[in-house]
Amino acid sequence: MTSLAVSDHQAETATPAKVIQPVWVRMVHWINAFAMLLMIMSGWQIYNASPLFGFTFSRSITLGGWLGGALLWHFAAMWLLMVNGLVYLALGFATGRFRKKLLPITPGGVIADTKAALTFKLSHDDLSKYNSVQKLLYAGIITVGVVIVLSGLSMWKPVQLHWLVSLFGGYDIARYVHFTCMALIVAFLVIHVALALLVPKSLRAMIIGR
Amino acid sequence: MGRLRKLLIPGVDKKLLVRDAVKTMPELTRRRFITAGTSLGALTLLTGCDVVDSSSAEELLKKVSKFNDAVQAWMFNPDALAPTFPESMITKPFPFNAYYDLDDAPEIAGADWKLEVRGLVENKKSWTLDELYKLPQEKQVTRHICVEGWSAIGSWTGTPLRDFLKLVGADTRAKYVWFQCADKDGYNSPLDMRTALHPQTQMTFKFADQILPRAYGFPMKIRVPTKLGFKNPKYVLSMEVTNDYKGGYWEDQGYNSFSGS
Repeated sequence: MTSLAVSDHQAETATPAKVIQPVWVRMVHWINAFAMLLMIMSGWQIYNASPLFGFTFSRSITLGGWLGGALLWHFAAMWLLMVNGLVYLALGFATGRFRKKLLPITPGGVIADTKAALTFKLSHDDLSKYNSVQKLLYAGIITVGVVIVLSGLSMWKPVQLHWLVSLFGGYDIARYVHFTCMALIVAFLVIHVALALLVPKSLRAMIIGR
Repeated sequence: MGRLRKLLIPGVDKKLLVRDAVKTMPELTRRRFITAGTSLGALTLLTGCDVVDSSSAEELLKKVSKFNDAVQAWMFNPDALAPTFPESMITKPFPFNAYYDLDDAPEIAGADWKLEVRGLVENKKSWTLDELYKLPQEKQVTRHICVEGWSAIGSWTGTPLRDFLKLVGADTRAKYVWFQCADKDGYNSPLDMRTALHPQTQMTFKFADQILPRAYGFPMKIRVPTKLGFKNPKYVLSMEVTNDYKGGYWEDQGYNSFSGS
């Protein structure tokens, strides 16, 4: 984190070029990435204590060592994830970023851009503008992020927040919702990281802003 | 084992902890519980210090867990009832769950057993099972939620703990009711007073309308539907009303102490 901040500062003073990712977006992005990683890896360890499906996660990719340790991590990192997520949502709406960047999403646009992407004809010349597939994926993953936090809260407090757990159809279903959201986030992460590596200047923009 | 013993918490049975932990913790070392192979970078970021110094991460996590106790106490609504269910939804068979096998569960002779009442109470008399059975009882069908994630719906009948605390003249301004149990190697657990006074917190004598079987905690368990399962003591021997935090079998090993639902 420290090294990111330093290079950021240097870049800003050296070249006052067009900023693609404002500093607040970059900060919440990387804090979120870190918090998500902690949540997912500790979550896998928690899952292992009572698996929903016929498999468990290898201990080499889990965090916490045992259920108690994983719970400590999960219920600590959740604060980072939630506070950071709330800051992101608040600023996303307040600055108009969500409206400008993510809307409109049209079925036609998504289909056309998906075709273009699959035939490697999608343009990445202007990184400040998201194509329709990006808009859909980013809006989708934000929604999934909200649902995973709400389903997690409902399982954490099924009595105090019984209305929330009812909203998910009960405690047992909330567990599956929570797991499914995790799976969607991991799937998103795989695509997201792969594409960032495929278009390295997008990764650069998320680190130094331009 | 010798080295391990020193690292563990006094008062916690080491052999038992090891055996139980083997289920989820194939390589048991206390340090390992904080770290994971691929998380070393993350650890450095979080603690801002050398990754070898995992004890500082552990300290931080413990502090956050204490903070979470406070948040949960703040969230706890003494009037919010745990959802109840029709009897048709009772989980059959209701799972036996403990840190030992059923064969090792305490075998208590009801006739010889007495509930010891200690601490900040006016009447410190011990109670026989017959005396306790004469107290007014209530039935609840609620969901038992295990810290492991699974849950099961059961039917419990017994005396609301708050009625009993009133009966023995407990100082309900005290912070905890601390339970000691007959489980091998000494299970114990603190219950915060506000939860102890919750209308659904129960001294349970029956499961599914039958005398509490050995598997579920004969002769008495404390049913707390607003807490995770491990905060529902079975095979209770004594209760102590106290202002001191005396720790608990699982709490001392790192499970969050409030663990409210």
